[in-house]
Amino acid sequence: MAGSTPASATASAAAARPHVGPWREAGRRFRKHRLAMASAVVLSVLVLAVLVGPILWPVPIDGIDFTAQLQGPSRAHPLGTDDLGQDLLARILYGGRISLAVGFTAMLVAVGVGVLVGSVAGISGGKLDAALMWLTDLFLSLPQLPLLLLIIYLFRDSLKELVGPEMGVFILIVAVIGLFNWMPVARLVRAQFFSLREKEFVEAARALGASRLRLVARHILPNALGPVIVAATIDIAAAIIAESTLSFLGLGFPPDIPTWGRLLFDAKDNLDFAPHWALFPGLAIFLTVVSINFVGDGLRDALDPRRVQ
Amino acid sequence: MTQYLVRRLLIAIPSLLGISVILFTVLALAPGDPFEELATNPAIPPDVRAQLRASLGMDDPIHERYIQWLFAMLRGEWGYSFVSRIPVDQLILQRLPTTIAVMGASQVLALCIALPVGVFAATRPYSIFDQIANTLAFVGFSLPTFFTGLLFILFFSIHLDWLPFVYNTNIQASGWRWWWEQFRQSIMPIAVLGLFQGAAWTRYVRSAVLDVIRLDHVTTARAKGLSEGRITVKHVVRNAMIPVVTLVALQLPAVFGGAIVTEQIFRVPGIGSLLISAILANDTPVIMAVTFVFSALVIFFNLVADILYGWLDPRISYR
Repeated sequence: MAGSTPASATASAAAARPHVGPWREAGRRFRKHRLAMASAVVLSVLVLAVLVGPILWPVPIDGIDFTAQLQGPSRAHPLGTDDLGQDLLARILYGGRISLAVGFTAMLVAVGVGVLVGSVAGISGGKLDAALMWLTDLFLSLPQLPLLLLIIYLFRDSLKELVGPEMGVFILIVAVIGLFNWMPVARLVRAQFFSLREKEFVEAARALGASRLRLVARHILPNALGPVIVAATIDIAAAIIAESTLSFLGLGFPPDIPTWGRLLFDAKDNLDFAPHWALFPGLAIFLTVVSINFVGDGLRDALDPRRVQ
Repeated sequence: MTQYLVRRLLIAIPSLLGISVILFTVLALAPGDPFEELATNPAIPPDVRAQLRASLGMDDPIHERYIQWLFAMLRGEWGYSFVSRIPVDQLILQRLPTTIAVMGASQVLALCIALPVGVFAATRPYSIFDQIANTLAFVGFSLPTFFTGLLFILFFSIHLDWLPFVYNTNIQASGWRWWWEQFRQSIMPIAVLGLFQGAAWTRYVRSAVLDVIRLDHVTTARAKGLSEGRITVKHVVRNAMIPVVTLVALQLPAVFGGAIVTEQIFRVPGIGSLLISAILANDTPVIMAVTFVFSALVIFFNLVADILYGWLDPRISYR
């Protein structure tokens, strides 16, 4: 993909302008994408709220108060309360930490595996490449949600005993979601490798006697980074949705941990008299996912080397 | 065409085997005994249990167990549900038509949204319509199905009181009345799934059409003096469908995920809700069988996509 533009047009345009680094240039292009900029702001606010919110709003997430059951938004409880009178704002802020942590960590797992598989396939070619791509296609045709549910059902209890209920489920969910999301990254990295490894600068490095590892780590991978960053961003959103789906089905974190999906699960049977209980966590998921997706779209515009403006 | 089909079928076999290996590995690696349900039954003494284990082949080496398990699955011997004591295949066959009907209808709805909107947006790139459609598509596939489902219930069932929100399998009516009730209760699950898929597909269709519309053969068609509508339908859309079919096939596992969620929200008695209730009841044979059926369905629809691919692009049939 990189360098598929005719070099002359780009080169003369670049020569006319004062030199700007590629990251700066990308930043300039990103700022042009208005929706992506707005989403970046929304996302920063959400992340900040989740990080410092529990400090600024020090209401316990499990403070049961039967005098304030299922109340709508009020001054004492800005987002209302649930059926036990627990404060929803505190619970949503706490749940956001978990949802975002799961999303981010699962993305790291997915990108790690994807880059590894994609680089190995892309640099070696031949039979190893064919085998790895067969594996990738196989994983792509697995029904993810049923398998996720199956694995969590089978392994939940033993991991709970091993590292405690919260940590065990966290590790399990992150690992499983990550292991079902690496395939697009692997394909992307492989495709990038195929085009990059024939480029002159790689050939030059090879002629200078660079080892295969150095070629990959120093010359090819950094140039393949753009699309990987975009895919990684989208992966966070996918992981957040996957975790919320599990919790919504009642099979994610233990019931006392109020993740966003879990809040929706608890709220869905009280929709008729406490709609706020479902609306606010759902809105939180939606805002997070939509802003991550828009940021990803902006990054795609910014990091696509074919696009010269 | 036949040769192409046979080749595709042969390629599908290793994938099915691969999936079965993964399923079996997950089951074999799982801690504890998946047949613990029998073990905790006080009516079965330990030596009988050991005999039972031996008769089920639980103590054989792992590759033998895999082969036995695979042949049992292929012959349709899926065991009995721990909970209802009904053969698992009967249980699944009861539920499967509902799932297929709801999913099929939602896919048709998604297609009816994505195709016209995507093509229309791509023929007028960066117009106001395109920008609105693009933004809405983004919003649409960022809304998780479980949240849209709840919003629909909140709005159409509770606020407006137009539609029932619990799926009823035995409607007391006949003739047109029955179809009307069926339609009324299916509309929300279908819409939730269809809108989600439609939003994702709109983007695929748009970018595929944008890629094709710049090609030389389209300019040629225009130079021949063909009408704009004819060019779009015959020369652009058919070619643009080739990458779209691939992307849609890749999305299929996600569609099944969405089906599980919507079935759970609207209590549609399909295999998705069967899976969830089986998991909550620790009903291992049902869980395994439903997961296997989902995998087989994904592979089957991938095959359908391959056939469509061959029809859309005659060049690849002769390769």
